[in-house]
Amino acid sequence: MDSPFGLLAELTYRCPLACAYCSNPLNMADYSDELATHEWRRVLAEARDLGVLQCHLSGGEPLLRRDLVEIVAAAHDLGLYTNLVTSALGLSRERAEELRAAGLDHVQVSIQADEPAVSDRIAGTRSFRRKIEAMGVVRELGWPLTVNVVLHRQNIDRVADVLALAEDVGADRVELANTQYYGWAWRNRDALLPSRAQLEAAEVVVRAARERLRDRMDVIYVIPDYYSRYPKPCMGGWAARQLTVTPNGDVLPCPAAQSLPLPRASVREEPLERIWTGAPVMTAFRGTDWMPDPCRSCDRRELDFGGCRCQAFQLTGDAARTDPVCHLSPDHDLVARAVEAANAQSRDEDPRLVPRPHRVRALGD
Amino acid sequence: MTAVDPAPTRPPAVTGSDRPRLARHVRLAFDPTRQRHVLLHPETVVVLHGSGADILGLCDGRRTVAEIVDELGARYQVVPDDEVRRFLTRLAARRCVELVPADG
Repeated sequence: MDSPFGLLAELTYRCPLACAYCSNPLNMADYSDELATHEWRRVLAEARDLGVLQCHLSGGEPLLRRDLVEIVAAAHDLGLYTNLVTSALGLSRERAEELRAAGLDHVQVSIQADEPAVSDRIAGTRSFRRKIEAMGVVRELGWPLTVNVVLHRQNIDRVADVLALAEDVGADRVELANTQYYGWAWRNRDALLPSRAQLEAAEVVVRAARERLRDRMDVIYVIPDYYSRYPKPCMGGWAARQLTVTPNGDVLPCPAAQSLPLPRASVREEPLERIWTGAPVMTAFRGTDWMPDPCRSCDRRELDFGGCRCQAFQLTGDAARTDPVCHLSPDHDLVARAVEAANAQSRDEDPRLVPRPHRVRALGD
Repeated sequence: MTAVDPAPTRPPAVTGSDRPRLARHVRLAFDPTRQRHVLLHPETVVVLHGSGADILGLCDGRRTVAEIVDELGARYQVVPDDEVRRFLTRLAARRCVELVPADG
């Protein structure tokens, strides 16, 4: 077993945005008992001892944590590369300067589209202009800037304008990630899944932009796995290179894995090292021994690791099946049917998007 | 979290007169757990073997690749010129290394 390289620290699931493509869990109220500052300090130190080198601070909106500067400083003092993944709402110049002084290495700012009306509609709140301002602050303070855009049926036709905006704001990198269907995005899948014609048009634009911008901006494009022949090599293999700690201290191989019927493991109850090496949530699908056919005898088993366990569970009810995205999966028709519906000529209006709430109160809260 | 990049654009090969430097968002560090130097980047970690860290330690945007090869030979060990250029070409393709133009 190798040491993990990256820790995804999901500091909170509270968020000022309400994007319907959000991959946060539907049962957000279960995560409202958030780790305290001293607990995050301990988690970061344990992660560093385990071999973690990168710390992605995410959520929800990490800026909603009042102790974010202290958490960044703790990660930086341990020698971790720190990356803030943010909506940028709440990134005032003052807060940004404090984060810079604390050693934050990199900032990724999301936008929902290239112009205010569409971006604000998808985000469920007025946010576009504040995001653009915050990107300016990021650049002025000398940080490298990545602009993150989640692509889906309602914005993918605008990808050329999105790239032009990223260029305008002086981004070093732009990540165009087709929606992955977990959490709220899974609930909204049929409204979010683009058609084949939309994807093909977007890929032409992306290829041309890569050629044109190759000395100035790194264009990363995450393909939509529903349309690919083989599954994605999810997380580089189950509990192989990355781990996630959720706002309440649960440890997972990836954030979506909270949906699987595996026993919980919490940093509040056990050291991180013991969880990484031995907790069932980490060992259940590590390596290739768990694989059924067609994965077990497939030449690609060490390339894509059977795809995504969470997607297999969501679509089939069994996390140990081949990812149905794979054309060799016996369950592939489950994906093929969704793709067919997204491409139906006779499709009526798109289903309505269900926005994720900013926060969910627990019963009796 | 799964960045799949089916067709990244290949930059041209690094030449002896290029002046390489680490990209702005990349940090060279020593990892005590793995006892290796590593390059840290927002989405990836490159674990360095052999003379990799020595080469990158000399990539300051002022020295040319030819000068780096000479200096390596004098200070640490002789590394074949084409090996250094291949190593830097690979890192440039991954956006870890940038090239200051030859006359820059």
